[in-house]
Amino acid sequence: MNGAPESAESLADALLSTGYLPDEGLATVAWLAMRLQRPLLLEGEPGTGKTALAEAVAQATGAELVRLQCYEGIDASQALYDWDVTRQVLHLRAIEASRGEGERVEVEAAEKSMFDERFLLERPVLRALRTTPSVLLVDEVDRSDDEFEAFLLEVLSTYAVTIPELGTVRAETPPFVVLTSNRTREVHDALKRRCLYHWVEHPSLSREIDILRTRLPDVPPRLAEQVATAAHRLRGEGLLKPPGVAESLDWVRCLVELGARDLDTQTAAVTLGAVLKYREDADRVRGDLDRLLAG
Amino acid sequence: MRVSSRGGPVVEPVVEPGADVVEVLVGFAATVRAAGVPVTPDRTAAFLAAVAEVGVDDRDGVYWAGRSTLCGDRDHLRPYDLAFEAWFTGRTVRQGRPNPYQRPHATAMASLGDVPRGGSEVEEQQETVRAAASDTEVLRHRDVGELDDAARDEVRRLLASLDVRQPLRRASRRRRARHGELDVRRTLREELRRGGEPGPLRWTTSGRRPRRVVWLVDVSGSMAPYADVLLRLAHTQVRAAAERRGAGSARGRARVEVFTIGTRLTRVTTAMQHRDVEAALKAAGEQVPDWSGGTRLGEVLRAFADRWGQRGVARGAVLVICSDGWERGDTTLLAEQVERLHRLAHRLVWVNPHRGKLGYEPVQAGIAAVLPHVDDFVAGHSVASYVELMEVLAGA
Repeated sequence: MNGAPESAESLADALLSTGYLPDEGLATVAWLAMRLQRPLLLEGEPGTGKTALAEAVAQATGAELVRLQCYEGIDASQALYDWDVTRQVLHLRAIEASRGEGERVEVEAAEKSMFDERFLLERPVLRALRTTPSVLLVDEVDRSDDEFEAFLLEVLSTYAVTIPELGTVRAETPPFVVLTSNRTREVHDALKRRCLYHWVEHPSLSREIDILRTRLPDVPPRLAEQVATAAHRLRGEGLLKPPGVAESLDWVRCLVELGARDLDTQTAAVTLGAVLKYREDADRVRGDLDRLLAG
Repeated sequence: MRVSSRGGPVVEPVVEPGADVVEVLVGFAATVRAAGVPVTPDRTAAFLAAVAEVGVDDRDGVYWAGRSTLCGDRDHLRPYDLAFEAWFTGRTVRQGRPNPYQRPHATAMASLGDVPRGGSEVEEQQETVRAAASDTEVLRHRDVGELDDAARDEVRRLLASLDVRQPLRRASRRRRARHGELDVRRTLREELRRGGEPGPLRWTTSGRRPRRVVWLVDVSGSMAPYADVLLRLAHTQVRAAAERRGAGSARGRARVEVFTIGTRLTRVTTAMQHRDVEAALKAAGEQVPDWSGGTRLGEVLRAFADRWGQRGVARGAVLVICSDGWERGDTTLLAEQVERLHRLAHRLVWVNPHRGKLGYEPVQAGIAAVLPHVDDFVAGHSVASYVELMEVLAGA
């Protein structure tokens, strides 16, 4: 399928066909974001499938996925474009070397050729604007700083950037933009106002079983059910880092690698590292596995 | 709560036939605002556009259209749900009513009911603060404007004399320098300007940025005489950070966070951004439900670490906990949480006003449990001790 889906239902179906089971309401909100040409801001616990949504939408709509990973100190030249200075210098030397005896270098032409497309290093945002259709994933925007948010706001309001030497690049059709945040820091209000907002919850038990079985079709149904149930119970244990769906998936993969057909105390104990990433959590759970796996 | 089993939307019109659709929807947006969600006109406009896409016949669609356009934070979702129910079914919430949700960021907790009463020896020695660690949460608002003149004067002198530099950390962005690493780009660019003639080399070094400071101020009864002054201190730092980067700039705001702890955890950073210290304290006082109540230090610190600390607020930050460490009963949880925060934070500074008293020994169970995990243990009872605290912070 290509292009924007007709309705929220058809988007949900398309997402399903890629193996992504959207959260309640998520398909509607994502579809609205496409129709209104607004970015979609996804917040939620780590491992609830925020990043995976962007990947699934790209796959479902046949668009190219362009990913921009944010970090503290990221700036426009890492997000937008940069000039390949080394090649520009080489180019200039080549012009000098190739001119004949007594000839003069055409200054204007030389200058113009310096800022040519081929010396332009395209960074994610520019690439997303120049690719149609595309999905721009701005991952973990809460890790960037306020200057970068302001810059993003500007780009996402106009879907255009200006390169002084080349002119303005405007997206033919604005890319579908997904911003994700783990909420380590409040995203600025101005940026939030520009976006549609959705909080991604941990999935319900039955949906998590569905997710495990869709993503890993070879898994015995019983194992998927056991892992989902255990993961659900772990989330209610008040752990330092409750497992997300990503961890459940890892856990199932580990168990499958081990050839386990069943999640029992022994297999759980050896694979606990796939779900719990803190020593304190693992210590706490290890002594209590029988209760967690019961029933 | 919402119906959305996949397999077709629930088609149920939200607007009765004959009613003005726009009026109903704008009225709903106003209701959501009255419920405590900051709905701006542009959000309302986005809501209308979104409803135009899904159609007013699709109740579920309208719900999600509103939720994604009018809300901007997880804390907005519950008030929104209630407002939606009220507006589109019962119509009980009206604009302008006092609303029950205007207490932002207060993390609710269980009551202290099961904590054993009775006095250990330590408690006997601490007659003065004993009453404070009570198990009844005193949910009352305190008028922070009421200070006696002497205290007011002292605070003024204190604010005038304090040096409120923030600690620094390495930034990922580099800056020009006289020595360091070779700045290839600048060197080449200058060379280019000279038509390719080689010239002097340029250098860069890593920059410095202010390190985040997080204040956790205990506002329970035993800390009552000091909480006010400590919050003023925090306010000075919040303002200094904001002004250094241009008044009210967002970047400055992110650098100092202030929370109050007692029986609950309350984030008062926003209130603290008022330029005027009295206004800031008044706003904070209105927000904090547990002023001069009891303490549940261990639980509240866990709430902070879960909700804020581990997500990043405490990561790499200088964490200033202002508390006397007065914890009833078992201190295992308290010690565990402080150890955890110590691992998250760059430096953990514990301010205990009682430390400044003559003959003080950290024998109280709570403070004894946390001391092994504290980097700096400073007093916080006098102007001199605040000067010392600020020096510790600047150097952290």
